[in-house]
Amino acid sequence: MGLVSAVSGNRLPGVLVRRAAQGVGVALVVSALCFVVVRALPGDAAYRIAAGRYGYDLVDAAAADAVRAELGLDRPAWQQYAEWVLALFRLDLGESLVTSRPVVDELGLYLVGTLQLSVLALALAALIGGGLGVVAARRPDGAVDRLVTGWIAAVRALPPFLLGLLLVLLLSIQLGWLPAVGHEGAASIVLPALTLGIGLSGLFARVTRDAVVEVRRSDYVRFAATKGLSGRVVLLRHVLRNTGVVLVPYLGVQAVTLVEGVVVVESLFAWPGLGHALVHAVFWRDVPVLQASALVLALLVVALNTLVDVTVLWLDPRPRGRRAVA
Amino acid sequence: MEIHRIRRTAPRAVATLITVLAAAGCAAPAAPGAGDSAVLRVAGPFETHSVAPVESDGLFTRLEVVETLVSSDLEGDLMPGLATGWDESRGGRSWTFELPADVTFHDGTTLTADAAAASLRAAAEEEASPLAAAPIRGIEAEGDAVRIDLAARYPALPAVLTHYSTVVLAPSSYDADGAVTEVVGTGPYRVERLELPANIEVRRFEDYRGPAPQIERVAFQAVGRAESRALLAVGDQADVVFGLEPAGRERVDQAPGVAMESSLQPRSLLLKVNAKDPALADVRVRRALSMALDRAAIADAVLREPDLAATQLFPPSLTAWHVPTLDPLEQDVEQARELLAEAGWTAGPDGILEKDGEPLRLTLTTYPDRPELPALATAIQADLREVGVDLAVDVTNSSEIPARHADGTLDLGLLARHLALVTDPLVTVAEMFPPEGSDWGAMNWSDPALLDAIETLQSDADDTTAARARTTIAETAQAELPLIPVAWYRMNAAVNERVAGFVMDPLERTWHLSEMEWAS
Repeated sequence: MGLVSAVSGNRLPGVLVRRAAQGVGVALVVSALCFVVVRALPGDAAYRIAAGRYGYDLVDAAAADAVRAELGLDRPAWQQYAEWVLALFRLDLGESLVTSRPVVDELGLYLVGTLQLSVLALALAALIGGGLGVVAARRPDGAVDRLVTGWIAAVRALPPFLLGLLLVLLLSIQLGWLPAVGHEGAASIVLPALTLGIGLSGLFARVTRDAVVEVRRSDYVRFAATKGLSGRVVLLRHVLRNTGVVLVPYLGVQAVTLVEGVVVVESLFAWPGLGHALVHAVFWRDVPVLQASALVLALLVVALNTLVDVTVLWLDPRPRGRRAVA
Repeated sequence: MEIHRIRRTAPRAVATLITVLAAAGCAAPAAPGAGDSAVLRVAGPFETHSVAPVESDGLFTRLEVVETLVSSDLEGDLMPGLATGWDESRGGRSWTFELPADVTFHDGTTLTADAAAASLRAAAEEEASPLAAAPIRGIEAEGDAVRIDLAARYPALPAVLTHYSTVVLAPSSYDADGAVTEVVGTGPYRVERLELPANIEVRRFEDYRGPAPQIERVAFQAVGRAESRALLAVGDQADVVFGLEPAGRERVDQAPGVAMESSLQPRSLLLKVNAKDPALADVRVRRALSMALDRAAIADAVLREPDLAATQLFPPSLTAWHVPTLDPLEQDVEQARELLAEAGWTAGPDGILEKDGEPLRLTLTTYPDRPELPALATAIQADLREVGVDLAVDVTNSSEIPARHADGTLDLGLLARHLALVTDPLVTVAEMFPPEGSDWGAMNWSDPALLDAIETLQSDADDTTAARARTTIAETAQAELPLIPVAWYRMNAAVNERVAGFVMDPLERTWHLSEMEWAS
């Protein structure tokens, strides 16, 4: 997080410009890589696209040839890539090779789905993990700390697939509180978000606990306690805030892995998301959708990092502004 | 100060973002949850990525939103669909399909012969549609009928017109470029909400010409995971759930209020054999491979139903094609070894058979779209190893089978072949055994007797001659094994007892939802 140690005066615009430039660079590199990787995959793309379109009962050489002719798959690779980049400059992501629909329409639903799921999962993870971490840190190596360590080990060890099924069995089948799968109504997001959130909460608890323990031992917290502040005020005003400086960047990193890691959970809960789109795009050699998904994910990473920078800047109580910070 | 502003606005911005995201997720209208008793909830593994008929996997036909000119009953016999009847003329080279009067599309416009002809012309231009294979010269409106002119006789035309790619859509379904953007049909249900790929909701179409369905609303949800589908069924969160795996079936069997329904499908799981491969060119080797398979054990272990072990190419559900008197394909490891020895293969030092210093190594290509295929492949691998054949299994995309057929690199392919894609199995059978071979059929293998029999059937032979021709095809396939049958296929669904009247169409053309009722 370069921003915290930045020394110039009004740093925010500079940071945003730098991040934007980084975004453009990342986008170009990622999309080019996608293109190259898909070209290098074994198998005839025309057959894969035809299989995506028509299903395996109807794919044959004639259908594949028709797809090849329609999409001009015989043209040189550089020509196809150049076309994509040129269209991108016109903000045109093209059309899916499989569904023939504009990629923007196609990805819109998936992007919103993934964002909803990720934000809620992170919030739940921060809430559960953060809460447990703070409680555990009150008395390191005490009974509660051991219990929390047990929780951390358990949720880290459970694969999301199994955890998801267990949650469905408990909350949906046994208790009947939530729909098991689907993408309808607000209730249907709870189970997939909870699956991801609980899975992540272990690491959150661990990081929070260690950070809180460390901050508690720091001079400024001891000073705050010495000057007579109550334990509660010290916790809220000094410990949590300083812990946040450690935790928020960590949250950012987790958010990135989360966006990539939702594939299993999305398919288990029939939740439309980018993971779903990516898997199908690779399987079907749907290059425009793949490039656009990767592009969106890459830009999302850049956006998240920016958000983390700004948040840390806001949280960090150390002096800032025009003076240098060590 | 910038920082101060951020400090004040950041929490608000985050709160707004979460609200917006949550709101976007709830934007769907009146969600048919478990409490909404008026909605029939259907779930299955079928995702739809396009509304174009040929790319829809038949989902809109199954939901009875759109109709084909010709329909079929549960036995696969043709019956009127949207067309009330049909006639052939010019020696079978012209067909006329009569359309009923006063049929309304879901957008309120009236069905015309022009609209029907336009839909069929669009289907005929789609390479993947079976209609593209018919020798069509023209499709025109003629009064209240659609006339199809052919360059040659093609008795299977009405059967082809049962395929979901040939449905009749209203002109408003197409955009200016002729691409399908909406599904406006004539069926008893109209599309109410569409969220591709997983959600389709339909509502009763009040101006439907036939009897009004009792169930007013149907919500279809595509669920990719079989485990999730089973949970929907036992958790009373769906009324009809298609495609359960054995473990899920067992759960449903034990759950109260829900029952399993199933029907044998005209689909065979079979090994496609490259008959030009140095080893597989010898029919004795093909027979030996077939005899090495313990089909009952494989069917029991993988499909949990030993009766699905194939004894011949055509399953008993295809009554006209299944020949009960045929010697069944059975396991006989001893004879398999003898046949391989006769063909010149002897055991090498590692137990793998060799001939002229070359080991008997083959690659089996298959795909995971049907989850039992990879499991079957490994069972076949184990059985073949018993007789000294070293089989490598390659689980890949389904399209690799036609692709490797095209470039000649396929040894063996394990596939699930639908034998009655267009109701009349003859169309599929003719497609599987042409002299030049076929993507999902024979490879580098052809037989004059079998070709004669297909020609006889295509020429509209009388019943006795046709039956004899079908037997010839079944016998030749059994003796020569250009395709080695492994198992037949059963389609299943879990049906909640709050609905009645569920029938399962073995051809999967429609789910007959309009005939279902709420159980009292």
